[in-house]
Amino acid sequence: MTIIDKTADVPAPRGSTENSGPLLDVRDLHVEFKTRDGVVKAVNGVNYSVSAGETLAVLGESGSGKSVTAQAIMGILDMPPGRIPQGEILFRGEDMLTMGYEERRKIRGQKIAMIFQDALSSLNPVLTVGYQLAEMFRVHQGLSKKDAKAKAIDLMDRVRIPAAKERVNDYPHQFSGGMRQRIMIAMALALEPDLIIADEPTTALDVTVQAQVMDLLAELQREYNMGLILITHDLGVVADVADKIAVMYAGRIVETAPVHELYKRPAHPYTRGLLDSIPRLDQKGQELYAIKGLPPNLLKIPTGCAFNPRCPKAQDICRTDVPPLLSVTERDGGELPGRHSACHFWKEQIHG
Amino acid sequence: MGRYVARRLLQMIPVFIGSTLLVFLMMYALPGDPVRALAGEQAVDQAQIAQVKKDLGLDLPIWQQYWNYLAGLFQGDFGTQIATQRPVADVIADAFPITVRLTLFAFAFTVIAGISMGVFAGLKADTFRDRGLLVLTLLLISVPSFVLAFLAQYFFAHELGWVEPVVSAAADSQELILPAVVLGSLSLAYVARLTRTSVAENLRSDYMRTAVAKGLPKRRIIGVHLMRNSMIPVVTFLGTDIGTLMGGAVVTEGIFNVQGVGYNVFQALKSREGSTVVGIVTLIVVVYLVSSLIVDLLYAVLDPRIRYA
Amino acid sequence: MPEALETPVKDATQPGSVPAAESKPEKARSLWSDAWHDLRRNPLFVVSAVLIVVLLTIAVFPGLFTSADPRHADLANHYLQKPKWGNFFAPDWFGYDVQGRSIYARVIYGARASIAVGVLVTLLVTVVGTVTGMLAGYFGGWIDTLLSRVTDIFFGIPFILGAMVVLTSFEERHVYVVILALAFLGWTQIARVARGSVITIKQADYVMAAKALGASTTRILLRHILPNAIAPVIVVATIALGGYISAEATLSFLGIGLAEPTVSWGVDISSGQEQLRNAAFVLIIPSIMVSITVLAFIMLGDAVRNALDPKLR
Repeated sequence: MTIIDKTADVPAPRGSTENSGPLLDVRDLHVEFKTRDGVVKAVNGVNYSVSAGETLAVLGESGSGKSVTAQAIMGILDMPPGRIPQGEILFRGEDMLTMGYEERRKIRGQKIAMIFQDALSSLNPVLTVGYQLAEMFRVHQGLSKKDAKAKAIDLMDRVRIPAAKERVNDYPHQFSGGMRQRIMIAMALALEPDLIIADEPTTALDVTVQAQVMDLLAELQREYNMGLILITHDLGVVADVADKIAVMYAGRIVETAPVHELYKRPAHPYTRGLLDSIPRLDQKGQELYAIKGLPPNLLKIPTGCAFNPRCPKAQDICRTDVPPLLSVTERDGGELPGRHSACHFWKEQIHG
Repeated sequence: MGRYVARRLLQMIPVFIGSTLLVFLMMYALPGDPVRALAGEQAVDQAQIAQVKKDLGLDLPIWQQYWNYLAGLFQGDFGTQIATQRPVADVIADAFPITVRLTLFAFAFTVIAGISMGVFAGLKADTFRDRGLLVLTLLLISVPSFVLAFLAQYFFAHELGWVEPVVSAAADSQELILPAVVLGSLSLAYVARLTRTSVAENLRSDYMRTAVAKGLPKRRIIGVHLMRNSMIPVVTFLGTDIGTLMGGAVVTEGIFNVQGVGYNVFQALKSREGSTVVGIVTLIVVVYLVSSLIVDLLYAVLDPRIRYA
Repeated sequence: MPEALETPVKDATQPGSVPAAESKPEKARSLWSDAWHDLRRNPLFVVSAVLIVVLLTIAVFPGLFTSADPRHADLANHYLQKPKWGNFFAPDWFGYDVQGRSIYARVIYGARASIAVGVLVTLLVTVVGTVTGMLAGYFGGWIDTLLSRVTDIFFGIPFILGAMVVLTSFEERHVYVVILALAFLGWTQIARVARGSVITIKQADYVMAAKALGASTTRILLRHILPNAIAPVIVVATIALGGYISAEATLSFLGIGLAEPTVSWGVDISSGQEQLRNAAFVLIIPSIMVSITVLAFIMLGDAVRNALDPKLR
């Protein structure tokens, strides 16, 4: 109970968080899964933080651990077989991993909300969208059925679902993909949380709809001054909305950078590879670049740098020593704020 | 929806006629003779037998007999028992309520115990208690119900003396509990397993993850989000189950001497009382058809993705 | 109850899904070899398979297991003699019945009738049901309507009750009469399963491709549809096999199935019920045999289903 009071005591997030540290701070997080074939090390020491109003994009292939990290933050990991052997997840300075179930439950949905990739399977097929939206208000705010329904309609209006009043009693399958994702967003926004985690929110949508949904999400984020963790494998989506980027590979962060810096001067060969594999108009007719090889087997992560078997610039040291995530500087030693790289040869990569 | 119900009701007609015809043919076209059965071992005059048969219309071609039977059925006339001269409708009117009670008890037992056990195991799939349930259901499915009936009778009546081994003619509800539990135990095993699989499968679904992420309390996550989805296949099974239970009542009623339709049909079979057998089987078929229609409609209520046009 | 809620995660980043491609080079295993791979490691399968092999051996060569004659009655010396649990495989191991016959010998020789009924009924219903279901599912239209209504008619009649009606008409109920009666009423379940399975597979791309390439209907049915539709049929049939053994026992018990002088577990259970109070073993021992046999086949069906159903893996 005391701890819950503390969270309530924390000053209102809007605007006043500049000096009170980050909203969410993930420190040295490890997640592993026990499987029939052995222990899968999905996340191996991830550090990142998000402040109010800030958007962090987490980038990586499937299997890089980006979603597992998000699930660990949200407390929806499959445990067992999942396990968090090490690490802290600080929300407003308090470690959520040591909290009890009820305490964490009260954070979920109210303080931290999540938007999932596949809205069709993530919404309950047998309950109306109105019910599922209203449920947030009924459970967390104790509103009556009628008031909660009215709020649900407001929410649907806010995410610009046409004829919200008429459609509030429809079921998820009766909506189009884009509209369903808007409902997911509405559900996450319902209680105006401090932080939203969006796990590939537009991957399942048509390209034209993707932009609309992304714009809506960015706009609402600004309006509420929320922190946003955007998990994606799509570099195109990131450029417009993110403030900073964390690139993940084999359960580790291999590079962090402010968004435009990263596009301009990547400091890790993996990031370089990702950028090169974006189709570009001026390269019409040429073969599209692709990073060779397959994502690593998490049961048997390569020694040294996990990326070494696929890296075009790998040297002997890459096969023996794990490169730490170090600060990246200008050629003259000038500071590059927010820039880190886990490559033995980051200097050559960024300046070479 | 209305059109769907109408179409289903129309489809029932050929199935109803077909089932009654099938039972009728099995009863009358196959060898075996009610009049001879009536006479037992006694030597009877051939002419006398022929006369009785003529009076009963049993000398007519089988198709004509069936037509007469069906015509009578639509006027509520189920025929008359040869040996006792009782109208079959009276026999059914006496016996049917007893069987309905027995079946409903068994059904309630199946539903309540089966679903609770299934949920209990499914929430923790692949744990000790889940495997325990698996073993229990395997045993219930493997032990034939008449063996189970004897075992129940042996322990609860003979050894423990809690109940009388057989049910009185009045068939008080209290007396029907043990037979109902025995009758329902096979279905119980199926319901428990189906519920368990369904719960375990839905537990892994994305919308359950969403429900947790929404910060809902556990009771709500299970009670509302999980149960609504998990019950869909169970309800479908339960629909055909009422008919199965009524059919299975033949054995249970026989052992516990419950004088319901199962008991009567068994007696009638032994004396080749065709009209009684056909009447009772027809009734069970109708119960089966109606209950499966109700379940299909219920299915649409539970699962909004199903729409009947 | 509580922790179960922490489990619902299904995601591409889950372990196993990604690394599998690298760690297992022979990933192109078929459904069947994959299932076999799983089955061999499943204790449920191993136990049931061993049991079934033993039971089949008993059914085919009962003489290997006992030298006693199941029909030899010695009322004077053995009337309801209690089992001697220590005398393994001896005629008096399970005691003697009300006519002074060795119960051990009778359960050994009784296996043949029960298992013959189970196996042969299953073969018959599988063939009839699969053919009916495939025709209805593949051709659709009026063929489907007709076959489905016929299936409905048979499905609506309660199984045991229907079998009783058929069997009371026969004065002498040989094993084959019981088999035919059960198969006559039992094929509908398989037909429904096969029909559903064929309707799904009919729309698969490889069937479309075969059609586009001009394969004949027979070829499509036998080469493309049957092998892919048969898995659920096999599962249902294996589990049903246990059910038929149970049904035979029930009918014999009611006095409408097999009858003396046929040696069968059902017959013995039926004759044992009179001594339930003073010599329960006469009824219980053949009951246990029926239950073990049914259990073996149901376990086998369970194991096969788990192996064949990728959803449960």
